[in-house]
Amino acid sequence: MSVNVTMPALSPTMTEGTVAKWLIAVGETVHSGDVIAEIETDKATMEVESIEDGVVAHILVEAGSENVAVGTVIAILAEAGEAVDTISATPVTAAADEAPETPAETPAEMPALVKETTAVAQKSMAETSKRIFATPLARRIAANKGIALDGLTGSGPHGRILRRDVEAAPAAPAVQITPASANAMASSAATGASELVANSQMRQVIASRLQQSKQQAPHFYVTVDCQIDTLLAARRALNEKAPDGVKISLNDLVIRAAAMALMAVPDANVAYEDTHTRRFQHADICMAVAIDGGLVTPVIWAAETMGLAALSQTTADLASRARQGQLRAAEYTGGSFTISNLGMFGVREFAAVINPPQGAILAVGAGEQRPVVVDGALTVATVMTVTLSADHRAIDGAVAAQWLQSFKGFVENPVTMLL
Amino acid sequence: MTKTHYDIAVIGGGPGGYVAGIRAAQLGLNAVVIEREHLGGICLNWGCIPTKALLRAAELRHSIDEMQAFGISVGDVTIDLPAMVKRSRKVAARLSAGVTHLLKKNKVPVIEATATIGKPLKNGREVHLSDGTVISASHVIIATGARARSLPGIEPDGKSILTYREAMVPQDMPKSLIIVGSGAIGAEFASFYNDLGVEVTLVEALDRILPVEDSDISAFVAKAFEKRGMNILTNVKLQSVTAGSDSVLAKLDGDHPDLQAERMILAVGIIGNVESLGLDGTAVKIDRGHIVTDGFGATAEPGIYAIGDVTGPPWLAHKASHEGILCVEKIAGGKDLHAIADGAVPGCTYCRPQVASIGLTEAAATKAGHSIKTGNFPFAGNGKAIALGDDAGFVKTIFDATTGELLGAHMVGPEVTELIQGFAIARSLEATEAELMATIFPHPTLSEAMHESVLDAYDRAIHF
Repeated sequence: MSVNVTMPALSPTMTEGTVAKWLIAVGETVHSGDVIAEIETDKATMEVESIEDGVVAHILVEAGSENVAVGTVIAILAEAGEAVDTISATPVTAAADEAPETPAETPAEMPALVKETTAVAQKSMAETSKRIFATPLARRIAANKGIALDGLTGSGPHGRILRRDVEAAPAAPAVQITPASANAMASSAATGASELVANSQMRQVIASRLQQSKQQAPHFYVTVDCQIDTLLAARRALNEKAPDGVKISLNDLVIRAAAMALMAVPDANVAYEDTHTRRFQHADICMAVAIDGGLVTPVIWAAETMGLAALSQTTADLASRARQGQLRAAEYTGGSFTISNLGMFGVREFAAVINPPQGAILAVGAGEQRPVVVDGALTVATVMTVTLSADHRAIDGAVAAQWLQSFKGFVENPVTMLL
Repeated sequence: MTKTHYDIAVIGGGPGGYVAGIRAAQLGLNAVVIEREHLGGICLNWGCIPTKALLRAAELRHSIDEMQAFGISVGDVTIDLPAMVKRSRKVAARLSAGVTHLLKKNKVPVIEATATIGKPLKNGREVHLSDGTVISASHVIIATGARARSLPGIEPDGKSILTYREAMVPQDMPKSLIIVGSGAIGAEFASFYNDLGVEVTLVEALDRILPVEDSDISAFVAKAFEKRGMNILTNVKLQSVTAGSDSVLAKLDGDHPDLQAERMILAVGIIGNVESLGLDGTAVKIDRGHIVTDGFGATAEPGIYAIGDVTGPPWLAHKASHEGILCVEKIAGGKDLHAIADGAVPGCTYCRPQVASIGLTEAAATKAGHSIKTGNFPFAGNGKAIALGDDAGFVKTIFDATTGELLGAHMVGPEVTELIQGFAIARSLEATEAELMATIFPHPTLSEAMHESVLDAYDRAIHF
């Protein structure tokens, strides 16, 4: 009997994936545990292993196929001893298993039905990870008109979005990848030479999450200069004594200082959740890692509990695997606070967009020598400018300032954060 | 005596008024209900409820004729009309007592009086009662209901020319009866009297009976009535009516022959009880016998509201109750309240066969510019209906082809008045065809015909 290979759910939130590459071909024998395909999710590429032995009978989803829903049959294996050419390309269902004589005929209406319902289902699931309460009719009308439900306020029971709420919404220019709108985009850009590149899942997730952040979280920005000569000296001293293979980076020290500051000012380690504010117990710090085609934010869980050596090894491992696209979903999901460091590019200072649903993000600029005034005299110091973007729904200005003060204290007196 | 002040004074204790009073109490408001006659209003005392008791008797009488088919032999059948009417009155009395209890339980005082709205005060209005006392209220809700409309030159005398009120307490059965008006009230009396052996002629000025229903429903009921031996005249207006001691002669327009019968029931609609309420000199507007309100019962005069039949059609108890709740919640500062949407009020007619509907008729949906899909499923394809021996009728559904919205549902047949709530919930939750199709309807039930009708709208009916 044949075996269906389905699009696996590689993370709890994964709803669809892209078959990046097949590592098997029709007719090849596979064994349980063999890597058969690479699947790209919104943030990582992962290898999929076969859980059965068999011979590849059909590959139903070509490499490069995007937005394949979890559970979709992507290939069919023939079991040992079964002739490959007798296997139908129609996925076997449990019912068909019991009645092998049933011709694998699908009603004429089905393809259209499947197409229609999966399109709607995928769309609503992909819209946002937060559940939106809307009536079926409101969803249907919104989909027809290309109106995003997450921008609407519901007037129904418990804030449910009703038909009238959708109808009252301005007919927003639909961001739909339909042939029509693709043409429209092409023609509007036709004045200069350009090309259209389909947005990767990661690009779409970045777009929707950061747009949601800027729309929903009222950002404010607080900036402070930190003198880091002592910190750099401490780093040199530490690295001289560090065990082989451990090289503590300036970024590691910044993460350590941020973790300590989050413990010292717990009011800044929070997330706004409509009726509640979530207060995190640990400094679960995400670090933004630029990768090909986007970025990913792996989490250093309970960073405040880690010694510098362990922290350094963790960050190096996460960054390296992030760049190779080998992070597991659980490793980049969650976190209470994010650090984005563009210092290595010589950026003096910048402001970052909060990584929702977190309450704040720290943007770290380059450490550079600048003239500073000490006791009325001009002198030179290595200065690093950092900017905290905070969600004002959860964090007030004074809290943000206190946090920066604490952070600056740890950075400028590194002995205090090494305890 | 110091004047008693209430947050809300409700004039009228029918299904609009008493419900408003209870809702006000639930919201912590100090409310009073002023009723001149019976709590429960027309609905409970002279409308919905006692007629259902009578129609049940007629239905049981009819079922005896079908006993043979079920293998049951019945001897001589006699009708004890006084007992039948007495039971109907007992049912009404029991429910009226129930309303008294409900108001007491919710600590809503009831004043037995008629009321007139008096002068504005700093904190509301005066309300003058027929016993001479004066109370005051921050908000006054008029829920005085309506009464039978008469036609020019045709005055009901209560003996030969009846309104619903006399028609539901007959002392004897006439041999023949003319019913003028074929809305819900006319159709129900036609069905009742016909089942008890009276020769019925139903006269309708419009082109079909049950004119507010979908035309397919009207046609089906007309055919069923005619099969039962009723005489149905549509597109006919009365020219004159002469009432004798035991006969009524009706002259019709056009070249229709005169009609003669022992009695006549006028069921040509109702008009609001807007008189003697003290509305002169206020900004309250009255249009053709009904008080004009916004979607929450507010009239043009601040502090004066109106709900239910007195505000106009549809004249239905459940509409009045819902308006009462909305009005009180609005007064209490409720958020996210929505006025009753067009087509949200289901309508039920308890003739045989029963009729129930909600939303737009096919003609209205097309006229409103919808591109539609319609489904139709006959009870002849429903196992439960066949087992009951009552398989005449159908379920018609109308969907918007673009959005899948259930625009309307129209049913005729066994117990459809109990089934329509399913479609009402679907509409209230804004379900589309997809959710209705995905719902599992229990077997064997009449409700399966609803599911099949939805499926049929998308050419997917299984059993037809």
